[in-house]
Amino acid sequence: MDLITMDDLTNDESISLLEDAMKLMPVARGLTHLPLLEGKVLGNLFFENSTRTRLSFETAMKRLGGEVLNLSEVGSSVKKGETLYDTMQMIEGYADIAVIRHPRQGAAQYAADAVEIPILNAGDGAGNHPTQTLLDLFTIRQGHGTIEGLRVVLVGDLRYGRTVHSLSRALSRFGASLTLVSPESLMMPQEIVRDLKSDGCDVSETSDLISTLPSADVVYMTRIQRERFPDEAEYEKVAGIYTLNSQDLTSSHSNMMIMHPLPRVNEIHASIDSTSHAWYFKQAFNGVPTRMALLCRSLGVQIPEVIN
Amino acid sequence: MRRVSAICNGTVIDHIPEGRAVHVMRMLHIDGTHSNPISLVMNVPSSKVGRKDVLKIEDRELSQGELDRLALVAPSASIAIIRNYRVAEKRQIELGSELIDIARCSFFNCITQNRNEPLPHRLKVISSEPIEIRCAYCGMSQSVDEIVESLV
Repeated sequence: MDLITMDDLTNDESISLLEDAMKLMPVARGLTHLPLLEGKVLGNLFFENSTRTRLSFETAMKRLGGEVLNLSEVGSSVKKGETLYDTMQMIEGYADIAVIRHPRQGAAQYAADAVEIPILNAGDGAGNHPTQTLLDLFTIRQGHGTIEGLRVVLVGDLRYGRTVHSLSRALSRFGASLTLVSPESLMMPQEIVRDLKSDGCDVSETSDLISTLPSADVVYMTRIQRERFPDEAEYEKVAGIYTLNSQDLTSSHSNMMIMHPLPRVNEIHASIDSTSHAWYFKQAFNGVPTRMALLCRSLGVQIPEVIN
Repeated sequence: MRRVSAICNGTVIDHIPEGRAVHVMRMLHIDGTHSNPISLVMNVPSSKVGRKDVLKIEDRELSQGELDRLALVAPSASIAIIRNYRVAEKRQIELGSELIDIARCSFFNCITQNRNEPLPHRLKVISSEPIEIRCAYCGMSQSVDEIVESLV
């Protein structure tokens, strides 16, 4: 079963994955040995750089007893002019499931159309990043005990930020109120805003971060991504526009969560790291249990009710 | 007043929105290199739609698949298949749920911009009224004008 966008999952399926991920926590931490995916091979296809996503998929597969082919060097095939279609035909011969990150938008859906093995989208250009969304939802559930009806502020590069594209869609279906904070040049694409509104989501857009902090349950910061800008001068105009430090949080709820898909540059000052608001490092770890749950589901492997 | 003569056999596309006949010709790949006679009138008065364009294609009966392409540019057009000067069939235009290999996605960073990629171009119809079309791969919206400019 593929996961290309969050539209591929119903709310019940998302919740079921989060519950499976919770059960797998001791396995993710290496406290329990559970080789559910022994004999299975994951093709990790990274046509674009990644640290957390690639490593957490690799850890998830290995903790479940599976093998991983890391194919970041497929970049060389691309330079030689190989099509994605041909690369996928090759991978299908070597692996049981593939994770793909690609600089071109739509690459994951294209890969899924090209082969029969399950394809998991780990980021396609400025498109979607649904496995990040699953770990984000898991983290929000850890912090608030629910993912329903929360007031969530998404901040920064909403135009090119694939994490917020997928997350906003998922949160809207769980009844969130969304505040989109960005400079005008990095506003959320209108297709996505239209979809959110047609879901009945309460969406507002502003460029003022500080005014959103007192009522927020979650503040989701993102990096302004230099690599996505066609023009360096446009990047310089907005680089560093949103930064949070501990003094900004005096009027926030005590359980307000600050999240970030990482890497951060200067969006969150280190003074926040030691506060109860800081969830971004736990969030990064949560990539392991959620991706374990997803790998099992996609390969049709049941997770035991009780894991000792 | 009849501005072009009746045709013996072929297809008449009437009630094309004013000025859209050129788009219709592009959608049907009519570019002057075929041997069929084509008659085109534009901006003529119509009691039904104010002003309209009309296209008559002799000796060629357009298939339903070809006609359905026109839903993008002329959804309210009337289609008549003519045989021996009589209307043998009237056909309806229907916009399906997906346009396959009709136009390429116009988004500059879509995976399908690599011309060597072999899979078909797929545009999904999200809504027909108002019309909203998105690439099935990258999800970006495509205007009708962009689609006409990007025909396969």
